[in-house]
Order: sequence, then C-alpha cells, then structure tokens
Amino acid sequence: MNWKFIIFSVVKIAIVIGVVQGMVAYAVLAERKISAWIQDRVGPNRAAPPFVQYIPVVGTFLTRIGFFQPLADGLKFMLKEDFTPAGVRKVYFWLAPAIAIIPAMLVVAVIPFGSQLGHQQMVISDLNVGILYTFGIVSLGVYGIVLAGYAANSKYPFLGGIRSSAQMISYEISMGMSVIPVLLIVGSLNLSQIIGWQAQHGWLVLYSPVSFFIFLIASFAETNRLPFDFPEAEQELVGGYHTEYSSMKFALFFLGEYSNMIASAAMMVTLFFGGWTLPLWGLNHPAATLVAGIAHILIFLVKMLLFMVVFIWVRWMWPRFRYDQLMDLGWRRFVPLALANILVTAIILWMRS
Amino acid sequence: MIVNRKPLTFWERLYLPAIVGGFKVTARHLFRSLFGGKTVTMEYPEQKWAVPPDYRGAPYLVRDQGGNTKCVSCQLCEFVCPPKAIKIIPPGPAGPMADRPNAEKIPLEFEINMLRCIFCGYCQEVCPEEAIFLLKDYSLTGLTRGEMIYNKEKLLALGGEHGGIQKWKHKLQEAKTQEDFPVKV
Repeated sequence: MNWKFIIFSVVKIAIVIGVVQGMVAYAVLAERKISAWIQDRVGPNRAAPPFVQYIPVVGTFLTRIGFFQPLADGLKFMLKEDFTPAGVRKVYFWLAPAIAIIPAMLVVAVIPFGSQLGHQQMVISDLNVGILYTFGIVSLGVYGIVLAGYAANSKYPFLGGIRSSAQMISYEISMGMSVIPVLLIVGSLNLSQIIGWQAQHGWLVLYSPVSFFIFLIASFAETNRLPFDFPEAEQELVGGYHTEYSSMKFALFFLGEYSNMIASAAMMVTLFFGGWTLPLWGLNHPAATLVAGIAHILIFLVKMLLFMVVFIWVRWMWPRFRYDQLMDLGWRRFVPLALANILVTAIILWMRS
Repeated sequence: MIVNRKPLTFWERLYLPAIVGGFKVTARHLFRSLFGGKTVTMEYPEQKWAVPPDYRGAPYLVRDQGGNTKCVSCQLCEFVCPPKAIKIIPPGPAGPMADRPNAEKIPLEFEINMLRCIFCGYCQEVCPEEAIFLLKDYSLTGLTRGEMIYNKEKLLALGGEHGGIQKWKHKLQEAKTQEDFPVKV
C-alpha cells in the first residue's frame, strides 16, 4: 500500500473538487454579470452578508461586483423545499441528478492543471489512455439526462430529455473523431505527453485548426449551451428535462451543466492550447521551483477562464439552432468534415515521413 | 404575396461574417456597459423615478387650505370601493361633534386596508367633499397585516394639504365664458 501516493491523491482530489465547485458557483455569477453587461444592464450587485457593510472599501466593491451572490444562491438551494412529485419511480428520480453531475467531475481527474510542485505531479491520475477515458466518461453524461427526462412522470420533460440525449450522442461522434488527428500528430493519448509535445513544437491549434473548430462546436453541443440549447430552451418556456426537480436536485443539474463547461474548457486548453505552458520566459518546461509550479497552475486557470468567458459570451450573442438544423449539422456536416480532417492529416503526415 | 429571398452567398452560408458581426456588437455593448457606465438600469432605491402627475398612489384623507378635515362620513367611498378596503364607522346621533365649523358630521373611525386597496381611484372620483385623494406613495410596506390597516389619524397625517379639484366650479366658470351654452347658468 503506497500510503504516500494515496494521501497525496486524496489531498489533490479534495483540492480539485473544491476548486472546481467554487469555480462553478462563480461561473454562474460570471454568466449573470457578463450577460448583464452585454445587455446594457448591471448584474447582481446587492447581495451581501450583514457584516460586510462595515468593511470600508473592499466591502462595497465586493458587493457591487456581486461577490456574495453565489453564497445567497447556495443558501436558497439548501433552504428550498425538496419535493418528489407523485407517480415517479423514486429510484430513477433520485438517481438522475447524481448521474448528471458525476461524469463532469470525473473528467477533471486526468487533466494536468500544472506541471509539478516539488515532487508531486499536478494531475490526479496520469493515465496513458487519458483521452479515451475522457470520452468514455463524457458518454456517461447522456444517461443522466435520459433518466431525468424519463423519471419525471410528465410529457414535456420526457421530450426534452429525448431531444437532449439525441443531440449529445450525435455530437460525441464528431468530438471523438476530431481528436484523432491530435493523436496522429502527437502519437500518444497521455495528456501530459500531449502537453509536452506542444511545449516543444508549438500549440496544436496551429497544426490542426479544423480539429479545434470541430471540437469547440461539439463541446457547445455536448454541454447543451447556446447555440445548441434547443432542448433546454424551448421547454424553458415549459421546463425541459429538469422541470420536476426542486432545490437540491435542480442545483445538481445546474452545477453539472457548469462543471461540464469547465471540464470541456479544460480539455480544450489541454489538447489545443498547450495546457499549462507558455512559449515565453522558460515556462515550457516542467517546473523546477515552487514559484514556477504555481505560475503553471495560474496559467492553466487563466486560459480556462478565457474559454469560460467565450462560452458565456457566445450564449448571449447568437440565436439558437432549430432542432433539425442542429441534427443536420451534427451528422451531415461535422462527421464528414471530421473524417476528411483525419484523412488529410494522415496523408500529410505520411508525405512528411 | 411572394417575398423574394436572394440565395445566400458562399460566405454567408458559412455564417462567418455573421459570427464576426455578432462578436463586434456584443463586444461594443460589453465595453460600454462595463467601462463607460452606460447601463440602462435604474438602481432603486438609490435612484427613484419621477412620479407623473395624476398618478394613482395610495389613498389618503386630506385637509383643505384652512387646515380643516373634509370627510363628512357619507360612506360613499365605502360603498363604491370594489375590494371593500374602506371601513367607516359613522358617528351616530350620540357621536362626537365635528372639529370644524363648516360641516357637522365626522367619521368616528375611518380605516383603509392597504392590502386590499387596488388603487383604482373610485373613492376619489365619488367623494362629494373631495376629502380622499390618491397621492403619490407607491411602496407601502409593513411587518404585519394589522400594520397595513391605516386608521384615520394615519391617513390624515399622510394626506397633508390638498386644495381639491373643484371640478364643477371650474366647469361653471368655463361655461360662463362661453357665448353659447345650452343650459341657463
């Protein structure tokens, strides 16, 4: 029993889950504030615990940027009544939110969020089949939605759940196939080695921009975000697959969606934008000092936050796709494009060798 | 009618110009709101809106310019009020005397339940003494339901002074200035 490994892993898991959930809560706030500014209004700027008004300058500043709003939201979710509608299968009803959020949290287990701090690798588990594990886990996310739509004993959540799951499985295919050129170029599925390759040869987005494009759009579809949130929105007028769920279960769905966004953003940064590396100041190499290690983690976080801002920005910018246009795009345009991309990359690599 | 839709060009079908246009518009609004301060939000309660004249706020009892109360407890407002928010206890033969020289009757108790009031203005319209007016208060709060039943003292205190409209006096003056008026004034 390698106690040292177990203890360090447990500490890393606790820290990563804490950080990810904190980022999810503040991603909700960021979405509300950014969407407000895009729409010429001010987002939440009043929620504050009572003692904050006595802190001179920082207190009012934090209140005005809505820093304490996620605390208020969390409190609301905990204090709301958690009911179970009549006529539902209780097992599925209680299981569905859990299945919706667990894959999102499992994906971050393989993502390297830094190089190393001292002797500790900054990745929870450095799997040699990292990408394959990620796509397997992402496919499990569909089950949560299917179960949620089915378990709520009502028509509209059922339809919303079916549409959403159909959309998700169609875009998983193009997402998986768009990563194959990355594998062909790098030669390994291990995410740390992909980052190492990018540190030496430059970011992968420059080598296969088409594959980044397909992966970006497929991750919008996977997380049910605009412009692909038809299952969530048309029934937003009615409900969607999370209609019948109240406080904590709805919070789990909500957190699951934002955790999926964070996991997709982290995957994009790792696969295409060099992860924790920067091509300047010698930050391309694994950290030798503690300061460099922390700098790597901060670089990763900043890149991921930029992608989150892109996710949020795109939502308030474009109209949403109609459902048949969405499926048409997924099957008839992205799958051939991804296949052609693989073929062209393979031919170029063969001609080079 | 048939609307002529031109087929999309190659670039338009890729949606790329539309995408870039979207980025430009939202970025412009984002930076204007964030750094230019041009948001359309009115931050209540620090900024309040200007109440227009004739706004139907909360109904209060008013005094005239001499400081006399005007209500004579005719109970017309009580009978016309649609949600029955007004409750008046008339003085009866053994009741208290009026506190003013020009009228003999004054209500013993006058209550308006602000939680029932729908701010329709019928009481103001029907009052023959122009004693009740809908003034400019729109945010009424209280901690209990009992607190929101305003009694006579509170209504008079909140009403303040109001000269009244004296609609018929003005109409009479208007009629006298006309050359041709169908009724003998």
